[in-house]
Amino acid sequence: MNTVVLLKRVPDLVEDLEVDGSGRALVAEHLKLTLNEFDEHALEEALLLKEDGGGEVTVVALDSADVDKMLFTALAKGADRAIKVTGVGAVGGTRELAGVFSDVLGSISHDLVLTGVQASDDVDGQLAPTVAANLGVPCIEVITGVEAGAGTVTVHKEYAGGVLGEFEMTLPGVLGIQAARQSPRYAPVSRVRQIQESATLDEVAGAGGGDGRFSIVVMTPPKAGEGAQMLDSVEELIAVLDSKGVI
Amino acid sequence: MTERYNLTVNTGREKDQSFVEKDHAIIEGIDVSGRWNRMFVPREIQDYDLTGMDKLTSIPGAESMGWCYQCAQCMPACPVDTAGGDYGPRRIFRRLQLGMDLLDSRDLWLCTTCANCLRVCPKEVDMIKIMPVARAAAVLDGKVPVELQEMFENVAEYGNPMGQSARKRAAWIRRSDADIRVLPKDPGPVDVLWFVGDFYAYHARGVDAANAMARVFNALDVDFGVLGADERTDGDSQRLAGEPGLYEELAEHNIEQFNRHEHERIVVSGPHAFNAIRNEYPSMGGEFEVEHYTQFLARQIDRLKPLLTGSFARRVTFHDPCYLGRHNGEYDAPRVLLEAVPDLDLIEMYRCRQQGYCCGGGGGGMWLDGFAAEQQSERLSENRVKEAVMVGADVLAVCCPYEVSRFEDAVKSTGNDGKLEVLDIIEILDRCIGA
Repeated sequence: MNTVVLLKRVPDLVEDLEVDGSGRALVAEHLKLTLNEFDEHALEEALLLKEDGGGEVTVVALDSADVDKMLFTALAKGADRAIKVTGVGAVGGTRELAGVFSDVLGSISHDLVLTGVQASDDVDGQLAPTVAANLGVPCIEVITGVEAGAGTVTVHKEYAGGVLGEFEMTLPGVLGIQAARQSPRYAPVSRVRQIQESATLDEVAGAGGGDGRFSIVVMTPPKAGEGAQMLDSVEELIAVLDSKGVI
Repeated sequence: MTERYNLTVNTGREKDQSFVEKDHAIIEGIDVSGRWNRMFVPREIQDYDLTGMDKLTSIPGAESMGWCYQCAQCMPACPVDTAGGDYGPRRIFRRLQLGMDLLDSRDLWLCTTCANCLRVCPKEVDMIKIMPVARAAAVLDGKVPVELQEMFENVAEYGNPMGQSARKRAAWIRRSDADIRVLPKDPGPVDVLWFVGDFYAYHARGVDAANAMARVFNALDVDFGVLGADERTDGDSQRLAGEPGLYEELAEHNIEQFNRHEHERIVVSGPHAFNAIRNEYPSMGGEFEVEHYTQFLARQIDRLKPLLTGSFARRVTFHDPCYLGRHNGEYDAPRVLLEAVPDLDLIEMYRCRQQGYCCGGGGGGMWLDGFAAEQQSERLSENRVKEAVMVGADVLAVCCPYEVSRFEDAVKSTGNDGKLEVLDIIEILDRCIGA
């Protein structure tokens, strides 16, 4: 089964995020991007499917600073092909990004598309279903286990309250991965460096994007509320709990 | 005359022994029939499945594992075994003989590379060489404990094992009350390039020690500078834990930074950086004069001692860090400093100097406590803290940045909170200067 994994880079929360002078964007100078954690799980699940039943794993990402290392790391983990989508420019939102990805997917022969269920800039998980809608194929999200069948996949979908649903989806289709069956594997630095010497990244000119229907009006950090009382010591805490009759 | 052989003796294993016994035998006129002539035939070494052994010893650097002749000198020396880890080079050798593949075993990850076994081994079975190459082979094969993988990923991404922002490595400097020159911002020749290290830069207790160091340097008028956020972790622990590629990247980076500035010597906060820069960086093209801070200060004890005007009337014991002591032969410098502190009563632990008992942080152990907790009955640092309390100390002095957090945790988990304070030597010196 040939799979394609859509990878996205998001701001690394290890760095402090600051809003710039325009009030509509993050300060770019110290912004560090990192691979979306859920996309990392999507890649791991794709690699596991390859180990189970063969096929090729292709990873796709938009061109940006330092994206090469991320793509080479995916190859070092066992992906067969890495595609860098060039010439697209700034992508405003998930809908635009989905447009770029689904356009590229049209030219890659594949059975299954996997991507992370959500990202810090796509908290309601719109990427996978929008890509699927563009391609006219089914989509299931919040997936924690995938099993290949004949022309189908059987997936486990997580619901709230510990409920798990099992679905069978006909291929081709798109999955929004919550967690792979196992922790994402490690790519040793020496192997990544080896891959950087020996492998090449495919470049594909992107199309789509520039939806223009949404623009950011204002971006602000969350304002501290007034409802919380900050306590300074354990003694204070005990006094509060005591006064409320909890202890 | 009949010969019987290949009978099993009941040890629960088949074909355990083979012996020869003749019903009738007369040797030099003496009748030794029956059991009197029973001879145990030495078991052929070929009876063992040596695939696991050969697989390990064929990795370049791991050959010495095959030299073990099971004298067991290493067993009481191994700190992991003492902590209930069922461990030690002899045990590993025996398990390899019995078919174990070290690369699949938990035995691969428990060694802290403290070198106490190497110190006593008559055959020079060298775990310090074996572990890094075996671990590197396992990591390439996708076998690495999750805790360690997280650490590798943090170091690769951020240049420090904590996973903190690389930019924030210099944050402690901005907040410090001491006079600290940051060389990338203030270039020019300097006498001492102080390689601060991760724990001094990022960990709260490390920052305490870093500030103490800067103040002591100021008091001594040391001409020093730091790399600030241009510094990355020295890489030695990553090399020993199975990521030589990552170590090389870090070494290349740090060597480049060292070469950007004109300095007479590098002074390091920690023994692991000392080991890396002194013994490993030269083969990566970086040859520098390097001293551990205790050596640097001990050399100047005549200038330092008069500044120690405060009193430190405590019972202090000193923990020899493996990578300053056993690995690099320095046992005296820390003691010179402690003995110069007014009213300090220095008591030695039983397992001191060459026989120092490892804190458990080396060889990647700093990031394998969860893994080790399942394999050992206690942490090495807990065992050591109990010893410190046993000799009557109320202060455990250290000079390796890993140790403060390890021992402070162990003080709490062994129920000694309030009974034993853990301090970096530099903190003790700082408290006594201008006090």
